Amino acid sequence: MATTVFMEALSPTMEEGRLVKWHKHEGDAVKAGDTLAEVETDKAIMDLQARADGILRQVSAAEGQTVPVGKELAVIVAPGEPLGAGRGTGDERRVAPSPAATAPASSPAPRHSPPAAAAADAAPVKASPLARRMAKESGVDLKLLTGSGPGGRVVRRDLETAAARPAATVSASAPVAPVPPPPSPVPVSRTDASYEDVPLTQIRKTIAKRLAASLGPVPHYFLTTEVDMERAAEAREALNRDLGDEGRISFNDIVVKAAALALTRHRACNAWFQDDHIRYWNEVHVGVAVAVEDGLITPVIRHADRKSLREIGREAHDLAQRARNRRLRPEEYTGSTFSVSNLGMFDIDQFTAVINPPEAAILAVGSVTQKPVVADGTIVARRRMRLTLGCDHRVIDGATGAVFLQTLKQMLENPLAMLL
Amino acid sequence: MANQFDVLILGGGPAGYVAAIRAAQLGLATALIEKEKLGGVCVNIGCIPTKALLHSAYIAKLLREAKEFGIEAGAVKTDYGVAMQRSRRVSDQNSKGVEFLMKKNKVTVVKGTGVLQPGKKVKVGSDGYEARKAVIIATGSRVKGLPQIGLEINKTTVISSDEALFLEHAPASLAVVGAGAVGMEFADIFQAFGTKVTLIEVLPRILPLEDAEASDALTKSYKKRGIEVLAGAKVTKANVGKDRVALDIEANGAKQKVEAAVVLMAAGRAVNTENIGLKEAGVQLNDRGFIKVDPSLQTTTPGVYAIGDVAGPPMLAHKGFREGVVVAEQIAGRKPHPIKYDNVPSVTYCHPEVASIGLTEDQCKERKLDYVVGRFPFSANGRARGTGETEGFVKIIRDKKYGEILGAHIVGSPASELIHELAVARENEYTVEEVELAIHAHPTMSEAVAEAALDSLGRVVHL
Repeated sequence: MATTVFMEALSPTMEEGRLVKWHKHEGDAVKAGDTLAEVETDKAIMDLQARADGILRQVSAAEGQTVPVGKELAVIVAPGEPLGAGRGTGDERRVAPSPAATAPASSPAPRHSPPAAAAADAAPVKASPLARRMAKESGVDLKLLTGSGPGGRVVRRDLETAAARPAATVSASAPVAPVPPPPSPVPVSRTDASYEDVPLTQIRKTIAKRLAASLGPVPHYFLTTEVDMERAAEAREALNRDLGDEGRISFNDIVVKAAALALTRHRACNAWFQDDHIRYWNEVHVGVAVAVEDGLITPVIRHADRKSLREIGREAHDLAQRARNRRLRPEEYTGSTFSVSNLGMFDIDQFTAVINPPEAAILAVGSVTQKPVVADGTIVARRRMRLTLGCDHRVIDGATGAVFLQTLKQMLENPLAMLL
Repeated sequence: MANQFDVLILGGGPAGYVAAIRAAQLGLATALIEKEKLGGVCVNIGCIPTKALLHSAYIAKLLREAKEFGIEAGAVKTDYGVAMQRSRRVSDQNSKGVEFLMKKNKVTVVKGTGVLQPGKKVKVGSDGYEARKAVIIATGSRVKGLPQIGLEINKTTVISSDEALFLEHAPASLAVVGAGAVGMEFADIFQAFGTKVTLIEVLPRILPLEDAEASDALTKSYKKRGIEVLAGAKVTKANVGKDRVALDIEANGAKQKVEAAVVLMAAGRAVNTENIGLKEAGVQLNDRGFIKVDPSLQTTTPGVYAIGDVAGPPMLAHKGFREGVVVAEQIAGRKPHPIKYDNVPSVTYCHPEVASIGLTEDQCKERKLDYVVGRFPFSANGRARGTGETEGFVKIIRDKKYGEILGAHIVGSPASELIHELAVARENEYTVEEVELAIHAHPTMSEAVAEAALDSLGRVVHL
């Protein structure tokens, strides 16, 4: 029987895909698992694979064409099978909408696919019982993985590959202890669990509703501070002298590291707004906005608080490079708990960044420039940098955001504090 | 050239003949070169005839115990020669079966010794053959003696399994050197046929590759039957006489002498890599003497593959079967699933049988894995009590956190059949919970598998 080839949802948020290149052509013999075509999704260029053995027929989309998810592209028929056989059933088949394709599409920020939303989707994922258990206990969304087992089944090694990045998630299995909703600002609570869901209190619900009505779905407000980067700059120069050519550390790497550490002390800013509850993360995964051709994407540095500057620098460089080549895997640009956007290299002194829902905050980083500063009554030239924290008021109140920013500023002005 | 095929296979044992069938099924013109009978060691002088002899031994055991079951069999007389003749018929049937399979699949069988030539060519005698796609080396292995201590196989007083399988009479006494699968099985067979058997193993326990609990169970069982078991025992010197062999043994610091009419060498095998033109064809060996292969089983010469015993351990027919299938599929342009070498069952068909898959408990300890052991003895299993086969147990080692089955070890009369439930479970990544959730018929010995899974979860029912 013929198998219809659909435009599949190859990224969690994909609604349409552009056919970059057909690898198989009309009349070619194909096997299940063969790459039929390369498809450009909203995030990356992915392979569209054959789901059956047979001959490729009725290719209806040309290279360069943009096709909505679920639309038929071709059929795979058995050798000698008349065309049209089994087409009736094929046409009725629907491609399961990807988890986040159903998420609000009106958000002005680059959309994320929170694993929480994915878990709510009912489309079955082929996975071994062991893989299911490992995924459940480590909070990995099976849908984000590509199965390498028989028939594309997700098996243990796929999880191990995915887990290689967030090294600690797999070992985090202890059940979440029932903790009463923490007061604001939320104290740091390092448990074994990767996050803690706290239901919205009535007052938070009202604040959320009223602010959203006033400012749109994600009610932003912004806090700006100027940071003295003299000591951070000196430290960076010294480190880079030592490192030589192997992976230089940028100001942004230092900001990412400092922000990650500050977030461990201010969990309130390391959170997701989840409609009826707020998810306070005990892990810090920092998204770093990267400009790519025609847009931007936010690859994630997982467990940034536990990584060294050198690791952060190397990872950020690698992710950015692959982001520009559109070669990121979905798990590499989803799941961040906080984001950093830097326009310093464009000589922007200060700007406001738009929050990545469901995250609750984003840090906008300006350029490091020499400015006259009054210190001890005299005017001296100091290297200064402006940070603007964009906050979701439903999660973070003004004072909460300010305290976080204060910690971050102190860390950057006294980099040794990061060692404490 | 007249003798052109897509695939040429050297050796008609389990790996070679299965590769031939699979290649032929995939439409490749295939020739199989074999100098002796089809089926290799397995069918002719290995797995198959020993299983026939082991069943004779089993019947003798049953008859000796028959009185307890209300059956008077009188004095039980055994005749090894008759059992041997029957085992030969079984082997011949199986070899003919392979011949039939070759005909059915239109595989050309070439009689003779294949010698590799450069460029995917093989010479058999004066005839030249050429492969369009690939040459597969599946020349297998053979028994070897221990010439360094004077135990060279002389085929009369120092024999290998090759000779043991053709004896007309069971010897009065037999020393078996090596207590792996082969040694264990022949000790079992000859003991049942009235031979006084001494089993000598240099490593600290018999069945050294199995879980220590399995070794202990078999040591106890063999000793109870009157087989002398010497583990951690090294043969330091051998005095080979005309009709007797005297062995000097050193065990745990103490020296002793073992005398036997016949010594059976059951320690180690040598691979057949000589005189088949490997060097000329550029096929290299690794430091352990096996043919060097990459993960796709290709040798150092492109287009030349090696499978089965010559390609490395475990030297098991079923491992060769799978390699034959996988290589044939690769040559035909398919993408077969990679072989999981950590999921190859290992079986010893002595009584009680020993079967295992995955890691032993000692290996789990060495790897510092966080594991839980579940056990269920057949003495608590209703079916086993009914048949009187209460020896042994099922032991399942599971990962503590996820319940992954790290290893399974079965000692018991149907162990060779029971192990596959756990092989399927491991292949599909079932955890102990899926094994337990599958309803097991009552009363069966398979219930012990489910109970061991339950025991690992702390919920054993019938214990």
